[in-house]
Amino acid sequence: MRIFKVVALLALLAFAIAFPLLFPNGEVTSIAFFTLLFAAMVTAWNVLAGYAGYLSLGHIVFFGIGAYALALICKHWNVPAGYGIFLLVPVSGLIAALIAIPTGWVALRVRRHTFIVITIALFFIGQLLAENMTSVTNGTTGLDLPFPGSWGGQFFNIPFYYAILILLLIAIAVSWWVRHSKYGLGLLAIRDDEDRALGLGVKTEISKLSAFVIAALIIGMAGAIWAYFIGAVYPASAFDPTFDITMALMGFLGGIGTIAGPILGALLLEPFHQYLAADYPDLYLVLYGALLVLVLLLLPRGILPTLQDYWRKYQAQRQRIRIDNDVVISSLPEQDEPAKIKTEGINL
Amino acid sequence: MSLLEVSNISKSFGGIVALNACSISVEQGSITGLIGPNGSGKTTLFNVITGYERTDAGEIRFKGKPITGLPPDKVFRAGIGRTFQLTRIFPRLTVLENMHVAVQRHGTTSLLSRWSSSHEQRRALELLDFVGITQLKDMPAGNLSYGQRKLLEFAFILIAEPQMILLDEPAGGINPAMIERLAGYIRILNSRGLTFLIVEHNMEFVMSLCKHVMVMHRGTKIAEGEPEAVRSNPAVLDAYLGE
Amino acid sequence: MGPVIEGIILGVLTGGVYALMSSGLTLLFGVMDIINIGQGILVILGAYLSYVLEQHLHIDLFPGLLITMPVMFFLGWLISFVFRPIKRDRMMLSVLVTFGIALIIEGVLNLIFTANIVSLQAWYITASIPLPGFSPPFYLPYIYVFGFALAVVLLAGLYILVYRTDFGRSLRASMQNRTAAELVGIDVEGISSITFGIGVALAAAGGMAFGATNGFDANSAYDLISRLLAIIVFGGMGSLSGALIASVSMLVIEDVVAQIWDPHWATLVFFVLLVIILVLRPQGLLGKVEGRKQ
Repeated sequence: MRIFKVVALLALLAFAIAFPLLFPNGEVTSIAFFTLLFAAMVTAWNVLAGYAGYLSLGHIVFFGIGAYALALICKHWNVPAGYGIFLLVPVSGLIAALIAIPTGWVALRVRRHTFIVITIALFFIGQLLAENMTSVTNGTTGLDLPFPGSWGGQFFNIPFYYAILILLLIAIAVSWWVRHSKYGLGLLAIRDDEDRALGLGVKTEISKLSAFVIAALIIGMAGAIWAYFIGAVYPASAFDPTFDITMALMGFLGGIGTIAGPILGALLLEPFHQYLAADYPDLYLVLYGALLVLVLLLLPRGILPTLQDYWRKYQAQRQRIRIDNDVVISSLPEQDEPAKIKTEGINL
Repeated sequence: MSLLEVSNISKSFGGIVALNACSISVEQGSITGLIGPNGSGKTTLFNVITGYERTDAGEIRFKGKPITGLPPDKVFRAGIGRTFQLTRIFPRLTVLENMHVAVQRHGTTSLLSRWSSSHEQRRALELLDFVGITQLKDMPAGNLSYGQRKLLEFAFILIAEPQMILLDEPAGGINPAMIERLAGYIRILNSRGLTFLIVEHNMEFVMSLCKHVMVMHRGTKIAEGEPEAVRSNPAVLDAYLGE
Repeated sequence: MGPVIEGIILGVLTGGVYALMSSGLTLLFGVMDIINIGQGILVILGAYLSYVLEQHLHIDLFPGLLITMPVMFFLGWLISFVFRPIKRDRMMLSVLVTFGIALIIEGVLNLIFTANIVSLQAWYITASIPLPGFSPPFYLPYIYVFGFALAVVLLAGLYILVYRTDFGRSLRASMQNRTAAELVGIDVEGISSITFGIGVALAAAGGMAFGATNGFDANSAYDLISRLLAIIVFGGMGSLSGALIASVSMLVIEDVVAQIWDPHWATLVFFVLLVIILVLRPQGLLGKVEGRKQ
């Protein structure tokens, strides 16, 4: 079973790497780019929202910060267009992460609903700053990024595709590592019962803040890559509230709290988003909103966990059928005779 | 020797006085009971000791060192574990994962490691075995029955090797067989040096288990002594029957 | 000194209107544990309704409220049913549900009205009173005063409803302890639905006042909701008086800053206040501390 999983994942990876060569059409690779972009962002966002249970509806602010950071670096250091700019992406991400530290500290002073509200407010503060700090950000006129004119025609999308693929792989690695580490266990405990976790020695403050910052780092890098791809940043485009909702919806659709859920959500929704949003933006909003409501009401845990549940129930059913009639499945302690109490080996 | 010393703790919530210059002390190695009518401040006292509430005045010492005002995680690491009236476990984590949350690790590199080493796994399984729920180790804790949750909560407190455990109504809401079972575990652990402070309403449980009992009423201690003596103390009877 | 007084006057008058819009929001949170992100777009919807009535049926804005408010009340009441199947412990999802509803309404409004900025027309919007004692002269459009008067009347009515009626008592009981209220026979769900309706009806009124003093389109909802959210957090989520105090004080500070410094940065000050309250007193001015669970 494990071998099967590993082989399937490798095949998927190979397909992802070969994709632009198999489908060189510019429109297709463009959609693929955005799909992977969102997959990476949602995977990162999931570390805070899915694992720790802190639903940030404002992390897109770091997308904008990363985008502007790259634009400003390129402008002030007169960076020429080309592959070199990709090396500045991690720098932009780092800037976003540094800003995330005090931001997260303030936001994490509150819980639950108030936290969600604060993150929304932070997002708007970011947008406002981008609009008003005109000396730095050029206000609503926006900033341009260097344009790699030598990447002609269909080739243009390719470097961006691979850049975002690398970021996605990093995001998946981080998500996987967090999920399987002691740190991640702490986050999951915080999600279930934060005060109880604190009472059992989990360092909740630093755990939450680091999850916040990790998400900001990756989302910031995504913003930088996006900015380079688009070629220009404006306050309204870099701080776009619909990107924000999109992230949350993809997370919830696929299943937050899992590793593959966010990616599934992105794969399902982004192509749909790209087709509709350009030509029918208003219809898109209506359908999107309706989809969000339906998913949350009918499938609150998302596709993947729901499927996992069905699978588990199915397996349990099959086991039950296999066992003979007179054997009880799970012996509940209350129904036992006072159990023999084992005393060896307990070190206190 | 006094393991836990609570001196003149006062705590008010708005206009309501929950603790009124309350002083108690718990002997090392004892199983001490804490009883009193509803509203006498027992749970508030627990909350103050374990850092879930801040005290308005007074001091708390554990093993001679002051722990007043420490947050819950520091109190836990100092060696005091506690259970809650309505069991608090992590429903979406498996039973085994629940055990590992409380495992202490030291140093930052340890945070990056897997959530359970083989040594920790062994210990967790040992404790699950001790309370008899090993077979449920991979089940999401939210699926456990109330009694099973009590056992789990008990077990994961133990994994951090506390010196003292505060039990908040351990016998509440479970059947007599299970109560006996818990009493058995408490006796065994006590014989190995663990100190217990138990808040309980179930008098039989308290009388049979505790050598020393304290009675609280209206935020302060009004009597203490051996179970039989306390039981027939007129002030205690007044407190329970009066008002 | 003049500009400062101007700022204070404007701040108080517009603060009243914001109090109208935010009280529904904070009330709903108190009763249903829901943060209605859609409140912003509902205000805009109210503004559009007043616009349609005024443009096509020539019904003046204030009398028009007699139509828009009941209609919006009904809409809010209907929307509340979406939340009934959500289980208690999943209430946080309701934030996203309201976001979804907001998107739907925004999309529909865009389809109908397109992205043209519109504003409401009436004689009292352009006509103004010169206030004595200012130079250069300070002309205060009547609408600001009328809008404030509207807010005062409606908020007084709300106060009476919440604190002096049986319904209000049941409402407050539900806010304090939902389970206990259910146990004594209070129809918490019914009350929640009515509260939703009230919140949206107030949004309609606020929308009229807002639309009369600002040009708007569906996109204005984003800025509006972020302000309303800041207000209720600042005032303390679930507290009506908190919403009132926060609305007026935040708007006053913003308008004073706009007068003496720069209107652009004034908006930022608005949010800076939010950050300050979070650092100093996270539960807001009159909110309850989200204490450690026992």
